[in-house]
Amino acid sequence: MSKYTLKLYIAGRTARTEQAISTLRQICEEELGRAYELAVIDILERPQLAENEKILATPTLVKELPPPLRRVVGDLSNRERLLVGLDLAVSDSPRHESGD
Amino acid sequence: MVEGLKKTPTGIRGFDFIADGGLPQGRTVLVAGSAGSGKTVFATQFLAAGVQVEGENGVFVTFEEHPKDLRRNMVSFGWDIPTLEAEGKWAFVDASPEPAQEVEIIGDYDFGALLARIEHAAHSVGAKRIVLDSIGCVFSHFPNLSRVRYELFRIASALREMNLTAVLTAERTDEYGDIARYGVEEFVADSVVILRNVLEDEKRRRTIEILKLRGTTHRKGEYPFTVIPYEGIIVIPLSAIELKQRSANVRVTSGNPDLDRMCGGGLFRDSIILISGATGTGKTLMVTHFVSGAAASGERCLLLAYEESREQLGRNAIGWGVDFDSLEKQGKLKVVCEYPESASLEDHVIHIKEQIDSFKPTRVAIDSVSALERISTIRGFREFVLAVTSFIKHKEITGLFTATTPTLTGGSSVTETHISSITDTIILLRYVELYGEMRRGVTVLKMRGSPHEKEIRELSIDHTGMHIGAPFRNVAGILAGNPVQIAVAEMERLDQLFTSVGS
Repeated sequence: MSKYTLKLYIAGRTARTEQAISTLRQICEEELGRAYELAVIDILERPQLAENEKILATPTLVKELPPPLRRVVGDLSNRERLLVGLDLAVSDSPRHESGD
Repeated sequence: MVEGLKKTPTGIRGFDFIADGGLPQGRTVLVAGSAGSGKTVFATQFLAAGVQVEGENGVFVTFEEHPKDLRRNMVSFGWDIPTLEAEGKWAFVDASPEPAQEVEIIGDYDFGALLARIEHAAHSVGAKRIVLDSIGCVFSHFPNLSRVRYELFRIASALREMNLTAVLTAERTDEYGDIARYGVEEFVADSVVILRNVLEDEKRRRTIEILKLRGTTHRKGEYPFTVIPYEGIIVIPLSAIELKQRSANVRVTSGNPDLDRMCGGGLFRDSIILISGATGTGKTLMVTHFVSGAAASGERCLLLAYEESREQLGRNAIGWGVDFDSLEKQGKLKVVCEYPESASLEDHVIHIKEQIDSFKPTRVAIDSVSALERISTIRGFREFVLAVTSFIKHKEITGLFTATTPTLTGGSSVTETHISSITDTIILLRYVELYGEMRRGVTVLKMRGSPHEKEIRELSIDHTGMHIGAPFRNVAGILAGNPVQIAVAEMERLDQLFTSVGS
């Protein structure tokens, strides 16, 4: 499996932000093991990065690799839809249910 | 003590007048309009004029057009955005959609990123002004209406926090319906301005209306505006112009001593004279006399012709003994010939004002105003005449307008009906049929502030111009277009009728 490069853009540390980060980490650990890189970027500290990437809403998750490039906006509270959004839903392996 | 709201002049010509000085400083105004009504131009001009005229830097947040397109599109208005960006006076926040990229929405979100980018941009150029164009687009990117509304509120209050004077634009679907498409945009703003582009009698008419300007005063109603190259939007404040022009008792010559006598000694200097007559009754001739009379007394005259070409006018004038070419060389005359259809009425107003400002005449003749009537609606035409007359009077210029009547004898034109109350003096030229022969009659119908002759006199034309002869003594019904000869005995009886009543 090719390595995933993910960027999560957030605006300050809020409850919604923490929620998104922990959900995302959990899914990555379960589905990808160690084959991923996740960068959390706080826009309040680096606004120019948001300008370059044209980020409007927060949190925004950008899947840079593998292609295609995908963007997911929101606190990622729906696991099934997040898996689809990251192109992970097609795997045959039995899904790990986690109580969220 | 509560301090009143300060106003920021927008720098948009005419707008600050109807806004009684400008937009409330540090507040948010919603500029709503249908597609093609000029919202983006208004917004861009607000920023560009802010930098160039008022020395206030600005941020442009675009939700619709890509900054690349905006930079290119706005060059034609003379706004060099890339240079302003390089000088650190202008910043874009690019929130335009990326068509190639689809966005999945999972769960709750906010516009923290957008807000952070706006704050960053505003900080980096030290902005005083900001534009969000157009906020309706945000609703189409993010379907959760109540979330978007809440986030817009948050952004609006952040803008106020930063003391930025903000222009938000929004789409409308109807020219005379809800203020904006999503029904919530107006609650985000303190003030509302509406741009309209109405189709009326197959003619487009642009108007601007300030609906509310919270906490301050403004002029009410719709005002026409135009969008022209190298200027952008120019609002034409018509009825707002107060009737406070000074009325001078100084008289000037009409160029014809007989006509001066009929008018009680000449025309008033800052007055508007309307000459009405059918085709061929001598209107253009009267204009020619007006021009030569001005030149003879050392004045400068601007002649705006909408019916004939410069060559035709010159040839006619030569036929009456007046040389336009040499008058133009002496700087006493400027002839401007234009097709009425070459521009909209609003553009004609601007052009006329520019001509007056650059040539600085003491007299202006328009031949004819009725030619301009056909390119506009009745309302638009009346506003046009109002705008021109008030401008002319303000500059203490004598104005001579001609109007063509549709019927040969008698009758009045639409032009007269709509502008006669605006003019100070009305001179009628009429055909009179007598013994199977067409003759011309002239009379002064009205002259504000002066006694004048009431008779209808005969007018004859030869190679030296116009001559006014004796009154038509024994004819009645000339103005009604139905001249009837009255027998001498009947005239005596009529004379006695009035003397017996009077004594």
